[in-house]
Amino acid sequence: MNTEQLAVSGLSCIRDDRVLFAGLDFAVDSGQVLLLEGKNGSGKTSLLRILCGFREPDAGQVLWCGVDINSSAYYADMAYVGHLDGIKKELTVSENLKVALALAQAGSHTIADALEKVQLGGYDNVLVQTLSAGQKRRLSLARLLITQKRLWILDEPFTSLDKQGIALIETLMAEHCANDGLIVLTSHHDLNLHGVNVQRIHLS
Amino acid sequence: MSLSHAFFAIIRRDLLLALRKRSEIANPLLFFVLVITLFPLGIGARPQLLQAIAPGIIWVSALLAAMLSLDSLFRSDFDDGSLEQIVLSPHPTSVLVLAKVTAHWLVTGLPLLLMAPLLAVFLGMPQTSIGILLLTLLLGTPVLSLIGAIGVALTVGLRRGGMILSLLVLPLYVPVLIFAGNAVEMAGNGLPVTAQINILIALLLLALVLAPWPTAAALKMSIS
Repeated sequence: MNTEQLAVSGLSCIRDDRVLFAGLDFAVDSGQVLLLEGKNGSGKTSLLRILCGFREPDAGQVLWCGVDINSSAYYADMAYVGHLDGIKKELTVSENLKVALALAQAGSHTIADALEKVQLGGYDNVLVQTLSAGQKRRLSLARLLITQKRLWILDEPFTSLDKQGIALIETLMAEHCANDGLIVLTSHHDLNLHGVNVQRIHLS
Repeated sequence: MSLSHAFFAIIRRDLLLALRKRSEIANPLLFFVLVITLFPLGIGARPQLLQAIAPGIIWVSALLAAMLSLDSLFRSDFDDGSLEQIVLSPHPTSVLVLAKVTAHWLVTGLPLLLMAPLLAVFLGMPQTSIGILLLTLLLGTPVLSLIGAIGVALTVGLRRGGMILSLLVLPLYVPVLIFAGNAVEMAGNGLPVTAQINILIALLLLALVLAPWPTAAALKMSIS
């Protein structure tokens, strides 16, 4: 297939009269990772939120399979894990994942599989408020595994994870790319992905 | 991932959350009971007067209780990012919003309905109008939740949105208050109330169809 999956052209973002970025073009294809780099306040999160459709770009457009994201089946194909976990602390681990599953197409992993993969096996009936920050992070990443989403948009996915957790998520990301998935992420942590085509964009 | 499955999953989730945080159910209900008990204390031993203004007292208290409970509708979902996930779902946000409002009404509106007959007797309301009071509450309180949802969706991103919320929402509650209060009063005098009830039904249907759209749009604005 020749057309890129996710393509961005002439994207600009202006916040409080400050131009964060302008005329940004890039494309991400199946099996690719796009890593956004830049200082704090350089517009990484703003760019991700535009890619999610939360913010309207001040200029330019975001295309998914050649169609504008607001008129394509984009939202059935994308998943976002941001600064906020998006999990309810009063619910148990498996109750949280069941809600996530109800909101999207079921993926190849069952809830039990996904929990096993992020090393939260046996935590099914534990209330989320008793989990540590790193465990909550892993739970929000488990949400990516149980649903069938090709594009993952991750905002600092490695925050509050230990070394082992980081290695684990990197493995999952490499697997996702091997299955023709796409990932757009921001990270201060050096990515260690073997055999994956990593594209870097530096925002300044 | 059918839409109805998602709709009921959201209702189930919100009911479960309410069950784990019981104060959110109890507080509006306690407020409702307290405000109504304050009236006889303030007015003194004048049962005729109390009886005459009972429909108004109950409805205004229900209005205030409904308004106070609104903040919990989207607040916690906004704070922990669940709202982002709901908006990103491929399902129409307006339908998921309707699920949230339904769950919220079951938790905060329905208890008022169950408590109202007791308070009506307490205020000396005639037997004949208690049935109509319940009917107006049954039709009216969901309208309050649906209209209120638009207001909360607009103000959920603000730090201190409570005051603005009441200024936004209370004027919009006036039609419900007028027709519901009037119906209960007329029923007390033995007059027919079909017209008022029909208008309340119309308001409910209109709100059911029209309110979720602006609510969804306002939520999208609030998280951007």
